Amino acid sequence: MNGADIMVKCLEAEGVKDIFGYPGVAIAPFFNSVLDSDINSILVRTEQSAAHAASGYTRGFNTELPGVCAVTSGPGATNLITGIATAYADSIPLVCITGQVNSELLGSDVFQEADITGACESFVKYSYLIKDVDDIPRVFKEAFYVASSGRKGPVLIDVPIDIQQASVKSFKYPDSVEMRTYKPTVKGNMVQMKKVIKELEKCKRPIICAGGGVLLSKGKFELLTFAEKHGIPVVTTMMGLGVIPTEHKLCYGMVGNNGKLYANKAMNDADLIIMAGARVADRAVSQPDLITKNKVMVHIDVDPCEIGKNAGPTIPLVGDIRSIFDDLNTMEYENDYSEWIGTLNEYKINYVRKRNPNPDYVDPAAFIRMLSGEMKKDAIYIADVGQNQIWSCDNVCIKEGKFMTTGGMGTMGYSIPAAIGCKKRRPERQVVAVCGDGAFQMSMCELATARQHGIPVKIVVLTNGYLGMVREYQHFTYQDKYSVVDLSGNPDLEKLSSAYDIGYIRVNNMKEAEKAIKKFLKDDENCIMEVIIDPMDIVK
Amino acid sequence: MKKKVFQLLVENTSGVLSRISGLFSRRGYNIESITAGETADPNVTRITIVASGDDEILDQIEKQVGKLVDVLDIRELKRDQSVYRELALIKVKVSPEERPNLILLADTFRANVIDVSKEGLIIEMTGNSGKINAFLNLIDAYEILELARTGVAGLRRGTDDIINPKVNVN
Repeated sequence: MNGADIMVKCLEAEGVKDIFGYPGVAIAPFFNSVLDSDINSILVRTEQSAAHAASGYTRGFNTELPGVCAVTSGPGATNLITGIATAYADSIPLVCITGQVNSELLGSDVFQEADITGACESFVKYSYLIKDVDDIPRVFKEAFYVASSGRKGPVLIDVPIDIQQASVKSFKYPDSVEMRTYKPTVKGNMVQMKKVIKELEKCKRPIICAGGGVLLSKGKFELLTFAEKHGIPVVTTMMGLGVIPTEHKLCYGMVGNNGKLYANKAMNDADLIIMAGARVADRAVSQPDLITKNKVMVHIDVDPCEIGKNAGPTIPLVGDIRSIFDDLNTMEYENDYSEWIGTLNEYKINYVRKRNPNPDYVDPAAFIRMLSGEMKKDAIYIADVGQNQIWSCDNVCIKEGKFMTTGGMGTMGYSIPAAIGCKKRRPERQVVAVCGDGAFQMSMCELATARQHGIPVKIVVLTNGYLGMVREYQHFTYQDKYSVVDLSGNPDLEKLSSAYDIGYIRVNNMKEAEKAIKKFLKDDENCIMEVIIDPMDIVK
Repeated sequence: MKKKVFQLLVENTSGVLSRISGLFSRRGYNIESITAGETADPNVTRITIVASGDDEILDQIEKQVGKLVDVLDIRELKRDQSVYRELALIKVKVSPEERPNLILLADTFRANVIDVSKEGLIIEMTGNSGKINAFLNLIDAYEILELARTGVAGLRRGTDDIINPKVNVN
């Protein structure tokens, strides 16, 4: 038995079934040992996709088990960086394994050496460079624990090739983690929770703003139970989309500069805001002082650093969202917010969509409403980055399924590898990736991954021949002086689909949309639906 | 801008110092000084950081540093409840004629002369930063050839509330 065998045994002990990776000499012992296990390796076409696929994989199942990816040293490791940073910004638990050059050669700039633990320091939750083969079981145990507890995030394990090759007599996986320095708070403070209830009893216009942390803590049900029990309206951030079904009577949409007007209005008018698992970042709340002015702000987060970072709360409450709402659900109080709900409903009814779609093209907003309406109840919708992301967030109808995107880092090319990872984890679900023609080309190499491993994902490409989000920015900021946003070298997607032997549907205008969507969604095969939209369209 | 002195206890892993200093630089926090050394437990390093910023920044520093996986404990060493010391080695250019004057000044500050050469001497002085600054001001007529200051090390006064890493730390 050698170090690589031990690494694989550790993954087995954690219950890992699939890993995403790209081999090279420095990680070859590991991939050799994987062959002798039940773990299935999926070869991606570029390393960044391995991290995104692992992200989609873990998010597909409530981030219970971290997604795992493994790549080689040097360029393999550096290619992974964007994927790791993306997971970090969105607090997605990953265990990223990189091969490394021989430990005796570390620091001497040999072939394919990169100081990956150093390079990733500012966007991993923690990292390890293993220098003793006997440390492998402890490091893996800790890595899975750190990645998936507290505020989740990626953990990097760098393993020199000689450590993977070193022989080991026996294997014992630790039963528990002993880390005296790392003890995340889970239970909420009872005194603080009583204060919250007291304020809720007094207030007239409460609102819950749910962020991605609610999904990460699997606290969606507990939060909804609380909201329904007391009739408290709910808005979400981009990362929190899916916490409450779009059509739910207490759902008042997404906040932020790309959100719904009535959602932002609700936040401004509220006299009490419960921020749950949201970091009050610039895109969600552009003026943090406004949401704390003249109102009570309760901030619930598992990461104490987030509380007070961007807005000073009245009642800070550190802990796991699920555990806190579980406790809040046991505490009774009476209050009637129906007048407030009435006001919000008025805002919602009087909301007018300002869009003025060009009838010669598909209207992406209407199209996404139609697409998500036709998707299965429990389908998973993955939005990429760009105008497509904003149209998706603004128009998607989420029922019992999930919505995923990278709201923190905004990494183009996320949706296709994430959809592949997600579908691998949830083969029974319908998984649809929606991207623009820019993002598509960043990840189109992964069509081969989907094909090779028989992972049927549905891909919607909104084609406008531009990097639309930047074009829109240049339209407003630089008076239509377009710089480096023209995508006129685009491939013919019909030919491309046929090259990969997957289905292709083209939608030219709204008249064709319904039929095309039905055809697109009817089976469980790989398919690209290309949707032609107005190149000059803007998101609002 | 306010100043705070933080005391950290950290796991003595490779790279722990770069993790901490990296956090300060990437988040744009100011470090005035940082000192590190082993504690009675060789696996634990004590770090004293003097940081400056407004209240929000200083609050974030405490939280963000506390969040690092290697950090056992971080707390403020409040001025009225703690002792701070800094060591300075000051190499001063001084002629043999002027030498007794300088030594007299050093004596007044309870500093020691630890090396004497024809054209200069080295003064060793311990105290809080204010005392060292005062002394440097006093001798500004002389040319300081080299100056080595360690930065502040500190401990809380008294024996209550001692953090023993071996016992459970929250």
